[in-house]
Amino acid sequence: MLSYLLFIATVGGIYGLLALSLNLIWGGAGMVNLGLAGFFAVGAYASALLTTAGHGPIAAGWLLALIAGGLAGLIVTLATTRLREDYLAIVTLGFAEAVRLVASNEIWLTRGTDGISGIPGPWKRALGADFNGVYFLIVIAVLAIVFWLMRRIDRSPYGRALRAIREDAQVAQVAGKPVLRFKTEAFALSAGIAGLAGALYGHFTSYIAPDLFLPLITVYIFLAVASGGTGRPAGALVGAYLVMALLESSRFFVEWIPGVTAVQRAALKELLIALALIIVLRLKPSGVLPERIPPAPRPAAGGSS
Amino acid sequence: MSLFLQALVNGLVSGALLAVPAIGFTAMFAVLRFPNFSVSGIATLGAFAGYLAYGAGLQMVGSLAIAFAVAGAAGLFFDKTAHLPLVKQGALPAAIASIATGLILENLVRLSFGNEPRGYDRPIARDIRFDDIRVSPQQLETMSLAIVIMLAVFAALAFTRIGKAMRASADNPELAALKGIRPQRVATLASFVGMGLVGVGGMLLGLDSSIDPLTGTRILLSLFAAAVLGGLGSAPGAVLGAVLIGIAEELSVLVVGSPYRAAVGFVAILLMLTVRPRGLLGERAY
Repeated sequence: MLSYLLFIATVGGIYGLLALSLNLIWGGAGMVNLGLAGFFAVGAYASALLTTAGHGPIAAGWLLALIAGGLAGLIVTLATTRLREDYLAIVTLGFAEAVRLVASNEIWLTRGTDGISGIPGPWKRALGADFNGVYFLIVIAVLAIVFWLMRRIDRSPYGRALRAIREDAQVAQVAGKPVLRFKTEAFALSAGIAGLAGALYGHFTSYIAPDLFLPLITVYIFLAVASGGTGRPAGALVGAYLVMALLESSRFFVEWIPGVTAVQRAALKELLIALALIIVLRLKPSGVLPERIPPAPRPAAGGSS
Repeated sequence: MSLFLQALVNGLVSGALLAVPAIGFTAMFAVLRFPNFSVSGIATLGAFAGYLAYGAGLQMVGSLAIAFAVAGAAGLFFDKTAHLPLVKQGALPAAIASIATGLILENLVRLSFGNEPRGYDRPIARDIRFDDIRVSPQQLETMSLAIVIMLAVFAALAFTRIGKAMRASADNPELAALKGIRPQRVATLASFVGMGLVGVGGMLLGLDSSIDPLTGTRILLSLFAAAVLGGLGSAPGAVLGAVLIGIAEELSVLVVGSPYRAAVGFVAILLMLTVRPRGLLGERAY
């Protein structure tokens, strides 16, 4: 039971990272990333390949995942930041599909649909049964660092500029903000975090395959951000664990229905998640922790500093 | 040389089939103003509806009509209940919701039919040969069906009252409303016909191979590429884009090998948006 809860908590933490990543651009800059699963996969594959085929250290793998995700983000945004928002939606969704197809077909590199197994975990042999507990702490530590960073961005002039772009890019441009640079940077950082989350996932389960990175993951994370509260890092975290709770309870729920096959159970579960996203978007788009916009600091008047 | 010509012919055929759902996608985008990603689920639904009708003994044309009606009705239902109420908040929430509805459709099909691939039981016929180039009679049949459907759509857009209303509404919704064109009716028609075409496209593309719950997802990238290449919102552009993508995909097999075939669509999207975002026949992109 404890190991089950640890597993859920760890995967929930990884979803939390993805939710923070999405919140930065969707909640922050009003950009969309429908290819979150693709960036997640890029990071997972980058780190897995460096540490298995390349025999590199795990920390280097995670760093590479961060960089690879960020670079992929740059490539995707460079073509689209000048365009209307719906173009970015199409390109990112297409990106996730392209990543999955390349991962399935480039057998020499990714071992195709068989996936990569035997991805090393940090100190896995020495830790033995304690591995899950320690890994949970590592994920929470990474999550805490990223959360702190996001809070800083949220309250900094940078975060306010992103919000201004979200509300009206033209006005932000007129106010002298380099809108394109802001958007590109935010997207690359967000994609990098998604890549890092992918690496954390791969080294936890020690196995990755193209089928783990279906658009379903993207739906999970949108559900997390929308239900938690768009535009607020704490909301994204709460949402990630809400989604995890929904995922696990729906699993028990569909197992309780008699006379359905395993395939039908999986289908029912996906159906429930997708339905939940539509219901949240329709009924409570601000989520459980709605966005709070802190007042901008006024220039000090009089003597107080 | 004959390999090249064969690839060209195959590309032309698959491009013609792809053009049907691409017109649907781009027309919905023009009128409803959000990218409707549930096309993947709708294409699968259409393919299965047509499969059931064909299995029940209907002729090809009748089965395609069933695919059209079922896909159109489902598309209309989801647009009214899930997507269009969200468009008021912007294109993105609606686009996100449409991913979820696509997943719902895919899983409804999975729930009813399972994951095993199914094939339409079509009579086998000998390939027609011109020198070294082979074309199967089935390929010719599906391609001519696709062309007839496209001609019908363009004729309706050009000559009928409601077709003209649709183009006017896509061009300038305020002016169209001012002229007494009811935006609700145009939107309803765009949802139904657009998704109907996507469903027909799913069936046409499934006829040559097999169908399963992921049939629609597999054509998604080529579909987007066709629409973006031709210019989002332009129906003639979608046809041109689809044919170009079909040929490029087949030729890529000769040049860089079949694993990269799937990446052609994505590369085409990136290149087009970098060089000429409005697409070949589109208007504005920002």
